[in-house]
Amino acid sequence: MSTQLNGAQTFDKNKLTKIVFSDDTMQTVQKMMKRYPEGKHKSALLPILHIAQAEFGGWLSPETMDYVASVLNIKPIEVYEVASFYSMYNLKPVGKCLLEVCRTSSCWTRGAEDVVKHLEKKLGIKEGETTKDGMFTIKTVECLGSCGSAPMLQCGASYHENLTLEKVDALLENYRKAGKQRSYTDLDYKNTL
Amino acid sequence: MGIKLLIHNDKVPGIETLAVYRQMGGYASVEKALKTMTPNDVVEEVKKSGLRGRGGAGFPTGMKWSFLFKPEGVERYLVCNADESEPGTFKDRYLMEKIPHALIEGMITSSYALGAKTSYIYIRGEYFYVARILEKAIEEAYAAGWLGKNILGTDFSHDCFVQVGGGAYICGEETALLESLEGKRGNPRIKPPFPAIAGLYGCPTVVNNVETIATVCPIINMGGEEYAKIGIGKSTGTKLISASGHINKPGVYEIELGLPVEEFIYSDEYCGGIINGRKMKAVVAGGSSVPILPTELILKTAKGEPRLMSYESLSDGGFLTGSMLGSGGFIVYDETTSIVKNLYTFARFYHHESCGQCSPCREGTGWMEKILHRIVEGHGKPSDIDLLWDIQRKIEGNTICPLGDAAAWPVASAIRHFRAEFEEYVNHPERIKDVKHYYSVQQVSEAQL
Amino acid sequence: MAKVTIDGHSIEVPDGTTILQAARMIVDANNYEGANIAPPTMCYYSKLKTSGGYCRTCIVKVTKGSEKDPRPMPKPVASCRTTVMDGMEVVNITSPEVLESRKAVVEFLLINHPLDCPICDQAGECHLQDLGYEHGLAKTRYDFERRTFEKIDIGPYVKLHMTRCIMCFRCIKVADQITDNRFQGMLFRGDASEISTYIEKAIDNDFSGNVIDVCPVGALTDKTFRFKSRVWFAKPMDAHRYCKKCSGKVAIWLKADEVLRVTSRKDKWGEAEEWICNECRFEKKKTSDWIIEGPRHIDRHSVISANHYENLTKLKLDIGKQQKQLADKK
Ligand SMILES: Cc1cc2nc3c(=O)[nH]c(=O)nc-3n(C[C@H](O)[C@H](O)[C@H](O)COP(=O)(O)O)c2cc1C
Ligand code: SF4
Ligand code: SF4
Ligand code: FES
Ligand code: FES
Repeated sequence: MSTQLNGAQTFDKNKLTKIVFSDDTMQTVQKMMKRYPEGKHKSALLPILHIAQAEFGGWLSPETMDYVASVLNIKPIEVYEVASFYSMYNLKPVGKCLLEVCRTSSCWTRGAEDVVKHLEKKLGIKEGETTKDGMFTIKTVECLGSCGSAPMLQCGASYHENLTLEKVDALLENYRKAGKQRSYTDLDYKNTL
Repeated sequence: MGIKLLIHNDKVPGIETLAVYRQMGGYASVEKALKTMTPNDVVEEVKKSGLRGRGGAGFPTGMKWSFLFKPEGVERYLVCNADESEPGTFKDRYLMEKIPHALIEGMITSSYALGAKTSYIYIRGEYFYVARILEKAIEEAYAAGWLGKNILGTDFSHDCFVQVGGGAYICGEETALLESLEGKRGNPRIKPPFPAIAGLYGCPTVVNNVETIATVCPIINMGGEEYAKIGIGKSTGTKLISASGHINKPGVYEIELGLPVEEFIYSDEYCGGIINGRKMKAVVAGGSSVPILPTELILKTAKGEPRLMSYESLSDGGFLTGSMLGSGGFIVYDETTSIVKNLYTFARFYHHESCGQCSPCREGTGWMEKILHRIVEGHGKPSDIDLLWDIQRKIEGNTICPLGDAAAWPVASAIRHFRAEFEEYVNHPERIKDVKHYYSVQQVSEAQL
Repeated sequence: MAKVTIDGHSIEVPDGTTILQAARMIVDANNYEGANIAPPTMCYYSKLKTSGGYCRTCIVKVTKGSEKDPRPMPKPVASCRTTVMDGMEVVNITSPEVLESRKAVVEFLLINHPLDCPICDQAGECHLQDLGYEHGLAKTRYDFERRTFEKIDIGPYVKLHMTRCIMCFRCIKVADQITDNRFQGMLFRGDASEISTYIEKAIDNDFSGNVIDVCPVGALTDKTFRFKSRVWFAKPMDAHRYCKKCSGKVAIWLKADEVLRVTSRKDKWGEAEEWICNECRFEKKKTSDWIIEGPRHIDRHSVISANHYENLTKLKLDIGKQQKQLADKK
């Protein structure tokens, strides 16, 4: 068990200065906090973590989490507890494109394992690893509510469904060409590939 | 064509916009409720309709609403459960993506009935793009005065917000959902108190599924009694079924409850039969948590009657020979499927999703996954089958929330109905070594051409 | 008031009492030896709000809901979190079903718990050990690798060995409710969950040492306890000193003239009678620091006093074997 969060952690103030929401983002964040009754702004933690993850390199470093804690005025441990509970928060750096392939029953029956194997061969990495150029990470995940269009994978906000190996190839090519970091909060889901 | 009340307009271009939705008769239930009915009238109509929760448990919605505690001066909340993470279920996503206003309309009408000034739609984080669609719809609704202060000039004001989750199946359990909505870990609460007494922020709260809330609109429009005429017996109305697996036409279908299962699977109007014309082996009828049934028992009950798509018929025979309607996640497996390997994917799922609060579920789900993994890899022991049986039996009923039961039932039913296959795995691992147990991507896409 | 009957013993208790509390009241009222009808607890702690409900060892069956609604409850319930109703009837040790379920829970608690009791710092006063001894199976059926973690220090006084943790949440509740600043929490989920603090100095609070006393197993231990010998060789004495921060009423564990460690005084349910401060617990290690009142009575029932374990240190580490050995010895 990797206990990245456990035990001694040095708190580096210099690093902290780099982790600050832009004014624009800060406005969104503050608007979000107003959705909840007086004193219940901790409710905004999950959505804000998504934003922080998208803004600060696709993962939640301890510094990022401490920063979110300070924004919400809660204890850092409260953020750690939450960030480590949910599967969409990356506690370690990942590639720009995190390819999340569903492996549960409906997808499995329609060839999800082939998709994973194909990705592994194509990218020369194993599930859970990141390509050397930092472009792709392969991850297998549980049902994403797309069972009727299996097999499928998610990358950022986009669902890629009814996959064939050719589709997977085209996908990788397009993502590589675009070269962008993909996040769940991406708005350009409509013009996906 | 069967009757459709929820997604009859799903193919209308622009239906995701307020303008088109309104043209097709949208928001009529809000008008009717706010202008001509008291909140109590709305609750009464829902009671008369016989509507049962579409999230899985099938609890009568009207009754749930009437349990809501209403002390003076305390806020009440309506929370929509859009966490939809039960493997095999994708109907809520379809509804929200195609016709977002159907949910918003239902949220307003239901909130009026419950006296809730604020409501939240808790949607699973992976559906981020759907959350955007909902947010857009909400913006439109505010602009047109369907949300906000003094809706339709009445003194009913309402705010509705979308909240995204962080990726956890357990947040579909209503108290875990409330915890998560409060910005905490999704640990189910120990009940009592129930949400109707102390839910979100300790205030009385109703949690309902997306489809349940959307169904309130046609109920108010047509009247509870009319609605109750649709369907069969205590399974009134229509239900969205998510069909997946080895069928020719996977997708979301709205059916009238009472439709024969056989018709649903083989008719061209619905699933269109088994892929490549193969034989069917088994069906999971209501999402991964419900017992799997072999072909003989899914098409006909143990008594030999045709099995129908309804709460009662699907559970006919109890757990020995029946299953459940659950969330309506209908997964079909053909004759080539390995039930053992499939069960392994379920066991892995529950292990991955256990919140870890209570010992039987935390430890038991992992143990079952490990044993199944060993069996699938050809290293199983003959004693493993009985061990699995014993573990699932000891998880069931001994946990805080029903996830423990949900993890146990698939194991119990697979062993009950397909024991021979498990024995084959543990006694003759050499025979299963090179079997693939699933379609290749290529095979599936060819079949679809 | 509500009348409740547990295993045939009836008692009147105030409304809002839990089944577990009622059972303990029955034991107290009747001075029962062995305290069997009170269900065992691993996560409930009467002095910590919202504790209980997690471990499921205290489950019982409600055979009659109440006078008004006599229907039985369909599933076993956690007695520590279920309040009594007037006329309720409950079975605990008289129900083979309950005992079977409890045995299952104990098995679950043990599958990922190391079976190295003889080398564990908690050996002899571990509630899980007691429980395994009473309810466990003869042989472990779990043949996979067990979950393990590195030992870590949280602060200068406390050591955390997550490998032994059973996730009872007690320490988190202490951190939340007794100390004024919570640094400690539960990370990850499912069987990957772990207790964690986020900075080393975390447990820097006058009352933080109480996490050691509430931990039912050897996951949180006292770093200042000098392991010259096992607990059962140390003599517990009631002692006190004048302390500004706490009552100063403690139990000191003596070997000859040396204070091996200081703990709170535990009642017959294994719970601290009063929280004590870190100064008393960690810094007063001379007999001259204390006014000794006399030997502390340790419940005969407990493994510590039963003196069972001396010969077992040499044994290979299998609870099943241990148990058999113990049974034979008896
Ligand atoms: C582990 C677990 C997961 C659940 N997931 C969902 C879900 O994703 N969506 C849902 O609507 N209900 C889910 N439920 C059921 C809810 O707890 C609750 O019964 C439901 O939201 C009530 O709404 P309804 O009465 O409208 O069905 C789940 C229950 C459990 C125990
Ligand atoms: S049954 Fe599982 S998911 Fe539910 S509370 Fe217990 S550990 Fe958590
Ligand atoms: S460390 Fe001890 S007190 Fe804390 S949760 Fe684990 S077993 Fe309980
Ligand atoms: S099983 Fe893959 S999306 Fe549901
Ligand atoms: S003591 Fe009651 S559940 Fe743990």
